Amino acid sequence: MKTKLFAILLALLPVAAHASETAVHLDKAPVNIYDKLSLQRGARTFVNYCLNCHSANYMRYSRLQDLGLTEQQIADNLLFTAEKVGQPMNIAMHPADGKKWFGATPPDLTVVARSRDADWLYTYLRSFYRDSSRPTGWNNIVFPNVGMPHVLWELQGEQAAHFKTEKDHDGKEHEVFEKFETVKPGKMTKPEYDAMVGDLVNYLVYMGEPAQAQRKQLGIIVIFFLLGLTVLAYYLKKEFWKDVH
Amino acid sequence: MTKMQQLLGWVDERFPLTAMWKEHLSEYYAPKNFNFWYFFGSLALLVLVIQIVTGIFLTMNYKPDAGMAFAAVEYIMRDVDWGWLIRYMHSTGASMFFVVVYLHMYRGLMYGSYRKPRELIWIFGVLIYVALMAEAFLGYLLPWGQMSFWGAQVIVNLFAAVPVIGPDLAVWIRGDFVISDATLNRFFAFHVIALPLVLLGLVVAHIIALHEVGSNNPDGIEIKKKKDPNTGIPLDGIPFHPYYTVKDIVGVAVFLIVFSLIIFFAPEMGGYFLEANNFIPADPLKTPPHIAPLWYFTAFYSILRAVPPILGSQFPGVVAMGAAIVVLFFLPWLDKSPVKSIRYRGVIYKTALALFIVSFIGLSYLGTQPTSDLYTLLARIFSVIYFLFFLLMPWYTKIDKTKPEPERVTE
Repeated sequence: MKTKLFAILLALLPVAAHASETAVHLDKAPVNIYDKLSLQRGARTFVNYCLNCHSANYMRYSRLQDLGLTEQQIADNLLFTAEKVGQPMNIAMHPADGKKWFGATPPDLTVVARSRDADWLYTYLRSFYRDSSRPTGWNNIVFPNVGMPHVLWELQGEQAAHFKTEKDHDGKEHEVFEKFETVKPGKMTKPEYDAMVGDLVNYLVYMGEPAQAQRKQLGIIVIFFLLGLTVLAYYLKKEFWKDVH
Repeated sequence: MTKMQQLLGWVDERFPLTAMWKEHLSEYYAPKNFNFWYFFGSLALLVLVIQIVTGIFLTMNYKPDAGMAFAAVEYIMRDVDWGWLIRYMHSTGASMFFVVVYLHMYRGLMYGSYRKPRELIWIFGVLIYVALMAEAFLGYLLPWGQMSFWGAQVIVNLFAAVPVIGPDLAVWIRGDFVISDATLNRFFAFHVIALPLVLLGLVVAHIIALHEVGSNNPDGIEIKKKKDPNTGIPLDGIPFHPYYTVKDIVGVAVFLIVFSLIIFFAPEMGGYFLEANNFIPADPLKTPPHIAPLWYFTAFYSILRAVPPILGSQFPGVVAMGAAIVVLFFLPWLDKSPVKSIRYRGVIYKTALALFIVSFIGLSYLGTQPTSDLYTLLARIFSVIYFLFFLLMPWYTKIDKTKPEPERVTE
């Protein structure tokens, strides 16, 4: 009987949650939602580079106080698209215009780290390359033929992608991504750029669920309380069941 | 007489309060040999209460409007005090309800709890299961994410596969030609009032029927056959209160630890309790590449996909899926074994049950995956085993070599 229960529990274990579109190897994102300085840097990058075409409609500026900022600091440094810190991160661009300009409306990014996982975002933002066949002049290894141009190109510089041909089991030939080559260096070195994208993804993970730090901290207290309750309940049961033979 | 006793006497003359307390708790004699598997009945009741209470508070802040629903859920997650906790309790509670109910049903299968004289308890139980599936399906539309929308689209389209009236039936269910605001509103109404009322009524019927005939036990023998000649109390029975109330508190505490580990540390359960694609707002123009229902439906979804269409119609698959649930109602009359509990059954029944469990879990897993030739073949094999477990039961339970049941409960 125990093995059957185990089998049932095993079937519930998380296996493959995020279906990826391509078989590209994803780099591990350096996510640490307790690193407030990283989140602050990520928030700065986000409002400067993303929050023009992408909205974060469910996120209020005032919530950034979670990151150790005061309302005044938020108002002075980050409040680009609204009047008051209590307002959400809306944008002025109309969705229909976005569709006309990019082929698809740039999606709202509030919960993007929950629909796309952090590793996907981290790899995606570092995988743009020059492709003259695309209307924007950019393409992406992780998200082929994406509508978005490489917004961070000034920082990363320009990359070219090299592909090689591989034969699969059926003998069919496929173009497989091999490596990037820097064509034109950007303002940042590769480690600097990776760290900047890491902070940005960290911020996106935080923004996807601002309560997550509180959730985990509270969870530890709740579990300890319940462990104590279990011990008490167990001895209470034992006491009551003394006379059952 | 104290003031309290006077008050109780006043009530008892007008309402059978003491009589009900005795009948269902302090003088309801349950077998003393309940094991681990007997926690899941009371736990199902606990989860039902959790779902109703958290559901009430979610309803206060949710908007059943196609233009506002997705934002309303994020509003609950961010701006409502403790909203994230209430929402995760509800979303985790939905999946844990099925975990608990599946284990509860498996207990029934192992110890023959559906056999005479408990046929009606089983039937009410299966009705609860069906109502619960409807409740979960309706509730899953409410967050208005991509999976909410397309999951509902797929399931409602199953009704469109019914010959002749199908397309009209699907429009009647949706209230529109596609899943839309009208659908969301009616699903909300059914989810927050209609189905909960049905569920509560069925749970009451389930418990009344149980207390009428008395609980089964891991030995599958009737404790009422051996009573104390003086008191008339079953020799192997103990009052539910306080014995099983204090025991169930232990079960509740352990269950809440598991429940809390999920809520606080893995509320998405790796995509099984909250799907990644459901964090994208519903988009009628963009079909996700892979649509799968939540894990508790995937066994039946697998059966649906395993049946090949006839003349381009999905209807045979829909019938098979329905039959997989309907067949459960007949279980009490399919089992011809002279014993109830698996402890005294022979190797044939034990093998059949093991194969059934493997098939059910296998089908559940396959339903979460995209189809392939191998998976379709496996799903067909498992589907056949699923049905053969029931259809061959009258035969294999009769020829199975059973052991004699004990006179009194063991342990």
